[in-house]
Amino acid sequence: MSSKKYPDAPEKPKNGFSRRGFIRGVGIGSGALGTVGLLVETPAEAAPAAGVAGPGEVPVTLQINGKPVKLNIEPRVTLVDALRNYLDFTGAKKVCDRATCGACTVIMDGKVVYSCTVLAIDAQGKDIQTIEGISQNGKLHPVSAAFVNHDAQQCGYCTPGFVMAVKGYLDKHPNPTYEDVQKGLGGNLCRCGTYVGVRKAVLEAAKEMKGGHNA
Amino acid sequence: MPDTPNTPNYAWPDMEKRRVMGKPTKRLDGPMKSSGRAKYASDYKQDGLLYGALLTSPHAHARVTSIDTSEAEKLSGVTAVHTIASAGMELMWRGQEVASVAAETEEIAKDATRKIKVQYEVLPHLVREDDLAKAGARAKPAGEQVKGDPDKAFQEADAVVEQHYGIPVITHCCLEPHGNAIEWKGDHVNLYPSTQNVSGIGGDLSNNLKIPAPNVHVQMQYIGGGFGSKFSADLWGLEAARLSKASGGRPVKLFLDRPTELMIAGNRPSGYANVKIAGKKDGTITAWQSESWSTGGIGGGGSPPIPYVFDGIPNQRKNHTAVSTNCGGVRAWRAPNHQQACYLTDTAIEDLAAKLNLDPLVVFEKNLGLTPRADVYRAQLQKGAELIDWQKLWHPRGQSGPGSIKRGLGVAMSTWEAAATTASAAPTFIPMAQWKSSCARRISAQGRAPSSRWLRRKLSGCRSAR
Repeated sequence: MSSKKYPDAPEKPKNGFSRRGFIRGVGIGSGALGTVGLLVETPAEAAPAAGVAGPGEVPVTLQINGKPVKLNIEPRVTLVDALRNYLDFTGAKKVCDRATCGACTVIMDGKVVYSCTVLAIDAQGKDIQTIEGISQNGKLHPVSAAFVNHDAQQCGYCTPGFVMAVKGYLDKHPNPTYEDVQKGLGGNLCRCGTYVGVRKAVLEAAKEMKGGHNA
Repeated sequence: MPDTPNTPNYAWPDMEKRRVMGKPTKRLDGPMKSSGRAKYASDYKQDGLLYGALLTSPHAHARVTSIDTSEAEKLSGVTAVHTIASAGMELMWRGQEVASVAAETEEIAKDATRKIKVQYEVLPHLVREDDLAKAGARAKPAGEQVKGDPDKAFQEADAVVEQHYGIPVITHCCLEPHGNAIEWKGDHVNLYPSTQNVSGIGGDLSNNLKIPAPNVHVQMQYIGGGFGSKFSADLWGLEAARLSKASGGRPVKLFLDRPTELMIAGNRPSGYANVKIAGKKDGTITAWQSESWSTGGIGGGGSPPIPYVFDGIPNQRKNHTAVSTNCGGVRAWRAPNHQQACYLTDTAIEDLAAKLNLDPLVVFEKNLGLTPRADVYRAQLQKGAELIDWQKLWHPRGQSGPGSIKRGLGVAMSTWEAAATTASAAPTFIPMAQWKSSCARRISAQGRAPSSRWLRRKLSGCRSAR
C-alpha cells in the first residue's frame, strides 16, 4: 500500500507515462471523469508520432497471474476495464474509477496499484497479480481466510481490493502493529464499516504467513 | 422451574451450553467474497453482452430545446440509442436522464453519449440550502407550533444557548452502483439486478414494460450495498431493457458511473436548525425554540421530530421549512428523520450542559421525565456510562490539551420503532472528535461507520458553541 500512497521519491515513469497524460487520455474515454472541470480543456490532438498506438484497437499482451493473456483493446482502456470487460477477472471492482477507494486494487511488479488508474497498454511486461491468482489448489490464501475468520466483510464489494492491498502490504511489512495496519491500509474504503475486522484479519494473516502457510 | 406444567420455560441455557449465542459465527458467503469469486450483477458477463450508458443533464435546471441523436447512431459499434427527454421537457436536477445508448464496448457507449447533441435553455436553480435566507420561493414553511410560554421561559432561565447546527445531505453511496444487466427477448426478460428487492423488482419491471410478471426472470447472487436505495427497477433499468430489445434481444449491462450514482441514486435529507434552548442551574431544560429546515432534493425534506426524545420540554416554539433544491431525490434510509433530529437536539443539550458547567450525562438523566419512558432510558444511560467508563473518561470542554484537534466523550439518545418496543430505544455514547472549540458530531450506529473524510466533511460544516 505504502508504495502508491507514499512513494519513496517522486520518480518519472520510464515509459513516459505521466499522470497528466493519463488523465488526458481517460478524459476522452470515460464519462466518469468527464464531469471534472480540469478535463474540459482537452488539448488538441497532436500529430501521430512514431510509437504512438491507437486510437483503434491494438494487440496487447498482459502477464496475469503468471500466464500471458492476449487481447485487442483500444489504448485508452484501463487495466480494471481490461480485466473486467475484456477478460473475466471480475474480482477487482470498479467503484470510484478515480484512484480513491481501492476496490480495483491489484499487485503489479510487487507494487499495490489502483487498476482504474493504469492503462492496460502500460501494464504490458509487468507481472500482474489479481485476487483470482492468489488462492492455491482451491485453498484460500491466508489473507482471504483471515477475512472470513474475523468477519472483515459485509457486502463484500470492497473485499477483493482490500485483500490484495493487505497481501501487498504484508509482502513488504511482515511484522506490522495494529497502528501500522491502520496507516498502511489507508488507501481502501469500506462502505459497510468493516475496518476493525480487517485490521484484526491483517494481524492474523501476518502470523499465518510467517508460519510458512503462504503458498 | 415453570410454575405450572402449561407454562413453557423460556430461560436461556447456561452460557457454556449455548451453541449459537455468544459464539463466533463465520459468514457462509465469506470464502466466496474474500476470494473474489462472488459474482455480483455488475460482474455479469455473457457472449454478446452490450454496454449501456446514460446521457444525463449537465444543468441543475434547464429545458431541452432540441435533441439530435443521429451522430451517435452512426457511430460504429452502437446498437441502440433511445431518447428519454424530448424537446420542451424541463429537467429539474443535474444528472436527470436525457438519453441512453447501447454499444459493443463501454468506451464506445460513452463516446456515443457525447455524440448526442442537446440544446438546453438554462433556467434558474437552487442547489444549496445551508443558508435558508437564500432559498427564496423554494422554501415552504410548515407553520409555527407553540406550546406553553416560551418567551417567559427564556426570560426566567438561568442559562440560554442559541446556536446553529447543521448536518448536510449525504448519499447512500453503495460501492456497487445502481444498475443491472438485462436481456429482453420476445416476451421474456432475464434480469440480473443489483437490488434489495429481488422478489419485487420483477413486478416493477413487468408493470413498466407491459409484459406478464411471470415472464420476468430475476437472478441475483450478491449485492454490493443498498442502504435503502435499491428497491425499484429505476428508469435506468427500464432503459437497459429497451436498449436490449432494440438490439435484437442481446443482453445489455447498464450501471451508473460514480458521479451519476452520487447525483441521482438517492440521498438522505439534510437537517439544519437555529436552536435556542434554556435551562435551570440544576440542568432542568425549560424551553426549546427552533427554526429548522431541510432538503432531500426536488421534493423538499422531511421534518425531523425535534426536540428529539425530550419532546416533553414544557415551553416550545418550532418552525420547520422544507426546501426544494434542484438535486436528485431522496430515497429510503435508516430511521427516517431520526439522525437529523438526534443531532439537532442532543448537540444543543450538550451545549446547554457546557454553559451550565454540568456533566451532560447529569443533564440527560435530570430531564428523563420529559421523555416517553424515563425508567428504560435511565437504566440504559447508567449501563452505557458504566460500559464506556464515563466517570473516568469524560472531561469538561477545553481540558484536552493544546492543539486544534480535541478528543472527548459525548452522549446522545436515539430511538427507533420505540412505540413497538422499548428495547430498540437506546442511548449512544460517542467517542467524539472536537474540532476547534466545541463541535460534537454523532458517529452513528447502523453500519454507518464514518471514514475520516466523512468526519472531516461533517466537521467542516459545523459551527461551534462559544
